[in-house]
Amino acid sequence: MSLLQVSGLGISFGGVKAVEDVSFAVAPGEIVSVIGPNGAGKTTLFNMISGIYLPGRGSVSLDGTDVTGVPPHRLAEMGLSRTFQNLQIFQEMTVLDNVLAGYHLSERGSVWADLLSLPGMRRRAARARAGAHQLLKRVRLDDKADQIAGNLSYGALKRLEIARALALEPRILLLDEPAAGCNAVETEEIDHLIAELSASGIAILLVEHDMKLVMRISNHIVVLDHGEKIAEGEPSTVSRDPAVIAAYLGTQEEEQADADG
Amino acid sequence: MMAGRGKWISLAVLALLIGLLPLVFPSGYYFRVGALIFVNALSVIGLVILIGYAGQISLGHAGFAGIGAYACALAPEHLGLHPLLSLVLGAGISAAMAALIGKPILRLKGYYLAVATLGFGILVSMILTNERALTGGPDGMNVADPGLRSLLRDMGWRLSGGEFWYGISGLVLLVGAWLALNLFDSPSGRAMRALHGSEVAAATVGVDVARQKLRAFVISAVYASVAGSLLALQNGYITPDVAGFLHSVEMVTMAVLGGVGSVLGATLGAAILTLLPQVLTVFAEYEQLVLGLVMVLVMIFLPQGLLPSIARRLKGRDA
Ligand SMILES: Nc1ncnc2c1ncn2[C@@H]1O[C@H](COP(=O)(O)OP(=O)(O)OP(=O)(O)O)[C@@H](O)[C@H]1O
Ligand SMILES: [Mg+2]
Repeated sequence: MSLLQVSGLGISFGGVKAVEDVSFAVAPGEIVSVIGPNGAGKTTLFNMISGIYLPGRGSVSLDGTDVTGVPPHRLAEMGLSRTFQNLQIFQEMTVLDNVLAGYHLSERGSVWADLLSLPGMRRRAARARAGAHQLLKRVRLDDKADQIAGNLSYGALKRLEIARALALEPRILLLDEPAAGCNAVETEEIDHLIAELSASGIAILLVEHDMKLVMRISNHIVVLDHGEKIAEGEPSTVSRDPAVIAAYLGTQEEEQADADG
Repeated sequence: MMAGRGKWISLAVLALLIGLLPLVFPSGYYFRVGALIFVNALSVIGLVILIGYAGQISLGHAGFAGIGAYACALAPEHLGLHPLLSLVLGAGISAAMAALIGKPILRLKGYYLAVATLGFGILVSMILTNERALTGGPDGMNVADPGLRSLLRDMGWRLSGGEFWYGISGLVLLVGAWLALNLFDSPSGRAMRALHGSEVAAATVGVDVARQKLRAFVISAVYASVAGSLLALQNGYITPDVAGFLHSVEMVTMAVLGGVGSVLGATLGAAILTLLPQVLTVFAEYEQLVLGLVMVLVMIFLPQGLLPSIARRLKGRDA
């Protein structure tokens, strides 16, 4: 059975349809990619699935439960985690604290325990700290644990967001352009990490412009254009789909025209 | 590890200052000034939690100081409560008020939040000024002595009023600093700092943003309330000024001056702005002007506040 089910999802901003009637499903351990030209509605779709935007139409269900309109912090409790295309890092906090914030659900307790630094709180925090160091090792940031996050490079912050998202031990992970702005080596690492995560049973929903990466690791691809789903299927089918080729060629022509004009 | 060590260093510095400063006091009067600094520092630490940790502003926290102060003035007389229990009652009322008004208010952002909290502070100070029958109006009212000093005297420990309140306020400040530093490096504190950085990201890692904001607001209200109570008890007298707008602005200025994210900085900011009118008597006349000037200058030259800026400069020189 599918873990995430999106049905007829749509939203408009000031009368303009940003996403319209999009449906698909993601099973545990599956890697589903959402691709499409700039402004196709990929991030907007993510924002609806993760509870940041209230969908105008359609529904989202997680493990058979309808979660349409459920706020992000409740979705996190249900095992949905995500990263952001436009980095959302806690800039003033240390790298370690950023990941520890990802352990909020497992380390939180009563406010009294926090104020009085009771042993129970310290135990939970120590466990989270050990896990956070593990995750930082996994994304090769353990040597930067005590640095202020705002001082890190763009590529490092991308990896930090992934580590923070993993701290929730999610069942489904939404990655919005994790490889954007990363060099070939970093992209390769993210590729490996995603494969590992999916092998461990985590469902992955991926938005990525690096087509080589997408074609290599996706089990299933959903193609959006102007907010609508124009194709879906296995990588080999989608890449030969005339509508997909037209959509991408179309934007290239537009860009060409922009450059010429 | 790092954070843990920092906490004990901050507390040790604070304890040493509180313990050793009396050695250089030229007269008994300075115990009074010291006690006032500690009380102000306490309410500013509350604001460090609200502004520095959670990134929310309040221009009405003197309202909670007013509730704490008048609880200690009114409850012993009207409810027959011991002054110390009155302090606890005041803190409870402040917490309840903060929870009640914080819920709708904290949905607002930036300027709107500032204006809404300002409204609350003005409301409290208006009630305290206008309910003459109960509060004595703008002239204020007497606050009964809690009788603790005579208790100590019976045990053979003779302290002047100044010395006694210096000790009590110093101890409460230490406890307040300890709680705030604990909170900083705890799940709640991290959640508050996270939502300060990015509300969206905090929510996606499971932080109930509204709840954590409210938590910071309530905790900071309790700090202000306890500080107000201590002020009333040590002065033996209280006027509605304690809840006034100027007092709210003074608190925020102290926090901003010292460094809004730093507990030690809060104490430094409180010390400077409490001492200033003692040293420069003209300050009293131009208090608004000076507060405004300090605020503007800090914003331009030391946006991080005094203590963090100094720390940064020292670190830069080491490297
Ligand atoms: N909050 C909003 N208010 C108004 N319009 C919005 C909002 N969010 C998204 N849009 C619009 O919705 C459309 C889809 O944007 P979206 O960011 O989802 O595209 P995308 O596929 O993620 O593009 P990119 O590849 O550049 O990231 C755009 O036209 C955008 O301007
Ligand atoms: Mg996008």
